[in-house]
Amino acid sequence: MRDITLGQFVAGNSVIHKLDPRTKIAMMILYIVMTFLVKEIWFMSIPFAYLVMELVFSGISLRYILNSLKPIRFLLIFMFLLNLFFTKGEHVWLDLGFWKLTGEAVLQSCFLSLRIILLVAGASMLTLTTSPIALTDGLEKLLMPLRIFHFPAHELAMMMTIALRFVPTLMDESEKIRNAQMSRGADFESGNVFKRVKSMIPILIPLFVSSFRKADELAIAMESRCYHGGDGRTRMHQLKFRKEDLAAILITLAFLASLILVMVLL
Amino acid sequence: MSIVINHLTFAYTQGGKPLDPTLKDLTFTIEEGSFLGIIGHTGSGKSTFVKHLNGLLPCEKGTVEVDGHDLSQKSERKSVRALVGMVFQYPEYQLFAETVSEDVAFGPRNMKLDEAEVKNRVINAMTMVGLDPEIFSERSPFDLSGGERRRAAIAGVLAMHPKYLVLDEPMAGLDPLGRREILSLLEKLRTESGCTIIMISHSMDDIANHATKVLVLDQGSILMYDTPQNVFSKADELQQIGLSVPSITKICVEMNRRGVPIPVTICTEDAFLNWFREGRQHA
Repeated sequence: MRDITLGQFVAGNSVIHKLDPRTKIAMMILYIVMTFLVKEIWFMSIPFAYLVMELVFSGISLRYILNSLKPIRFLLIFMFLLNLFFTKGEHVWLDLGFWKLTGEAVLQSCFLSLRIILLVAGASMLTLTTSPIALTDGLEKLLMPLRIFHFPAHELAMMMTIALRFVPTLMDESEKIRNAQMSRGADFESGNVFKRVKSMIPILIPLFVSSFRKADELAIAMESRCYHGGDGRTRMHQLKFRKEDLAAILITLAFLASLILVMVLL
Repeated sequence: MSIVINHLTFAYTQGGKPLDPTLKDLTFTIEEGSFLGIIGHTGSGKSTFVKHLNGLLPCEKGTVEVDGHDLSQKSERKSVRALVGMVFQYPEYQLFAETVSEDVAFGPRNMKLDEAEVKNRVINAMTMVGLDPEIFSERSPFDLSGGERRRAAIAGVLAMHPKYLVLDEPMAGLDPLGRREILSLLEKLRTESGCTIIMISHSMDDIANHATKVLVLDQGSILMYDTPQNVFSKADELQQIGLSVPSITKICVEMNRRGVPIPVTICTEDAFLNWFREGRQHA
């Protein structure tokens, strides 16, 4: 339990790491647009090339990307098989009577799996190179314009920061409570699903109680240091949009433009 | 019967790699019926050590035997958990049930005792910690005061009738009255039910007044394991590792420095008064 780390940020000093988080969020959105614009498997090579480029510049080892794909492996297999079975096509490769394996189905399955892989890999590039705090900072700045519609951008970012901050604390806490209940003979390891879920109650209730207590204490601590929300608040770490950010955005836009061009022309 | 610790060494791991050992080659025996006080600087391994006494942490190197049950055997852990009661720091944070009596009954029920026996034990344990069962049984543990909540949590452990009771700073954050109540409860448990008490505390006075043996841990190793008199007579050594001696011993040391020949093995007020009375009789 102790080894779970939230997010998967890998500290580094690369060009990508140093980009403004807003730039990286924008890059990821453009990248996602790219993968969804692609309608044929061969054009996937353009977002793929973009991803490889990002990977090279960030100095992140391929292992981390592969790790991020691990949780979705069953989804991938399921999707692949589903498409293989239900896509209709002309070019029959194999006829089993009740079902025909067609070239179109294979192509479609590969295409959709590739899209999911590229999406997840691209999204984890963002979290691998951006610390959670920088990410929420960037998000806050990006959501600022929505404040004219009374959207609580600052509050949302603060909530995310606090939630992230408390993950290790609550982990620790749950470990302690677990130990205490185990000392009282609680058994979390045997029995069927229902029994196990029920056996979590003696951990969950104290955990909730202590979370509420901590939230209360934190609110008092923040207010006693004059925190009163986002209005007029200055920051210690100013986000700066630099030349490198402009370059990164332009490169991404160039990729997007070339993709559209290639698709229109071919 | 006793708890025998033999060459116990333990290191936490981080990301699959072992860190520097928290416990280094501990070998000693906790005799039945004793009151063991464990003292040591923050991070000296006190809490890590006591987690080995009921198998919450596995014995990787070395062994811990409780009444002959070897804790490196996974199958033995369950029976030992009924034998060794564990009261952690701020035990009130582990309360979860709707009523105090339900919470106290959690341990005994896990021991698969029959309902009549469970009820009996709940009433006994609550009475023992000074929570009148008639008043408190049906109340929610979250409505109690801090001190009452802690006593309810301790009752939850006592209801399992442990032979060995381990407490990790049981008095932290309590007022003087609350501290006294917990200490006299422990003393009563030891003398009346013959329960062995193992207590971690930062209060040298409490340790000196109640412990029969004191274990001093320093960076995971045993620095001393002796009677309180012998341990607290080594004020300099204790000071070096960031600990101190009971206030009465401090007075004795200072009196010695100013030329009054008083033994520095005095670590309780009673011993001090006895020494004083004897001196008067001589004069």
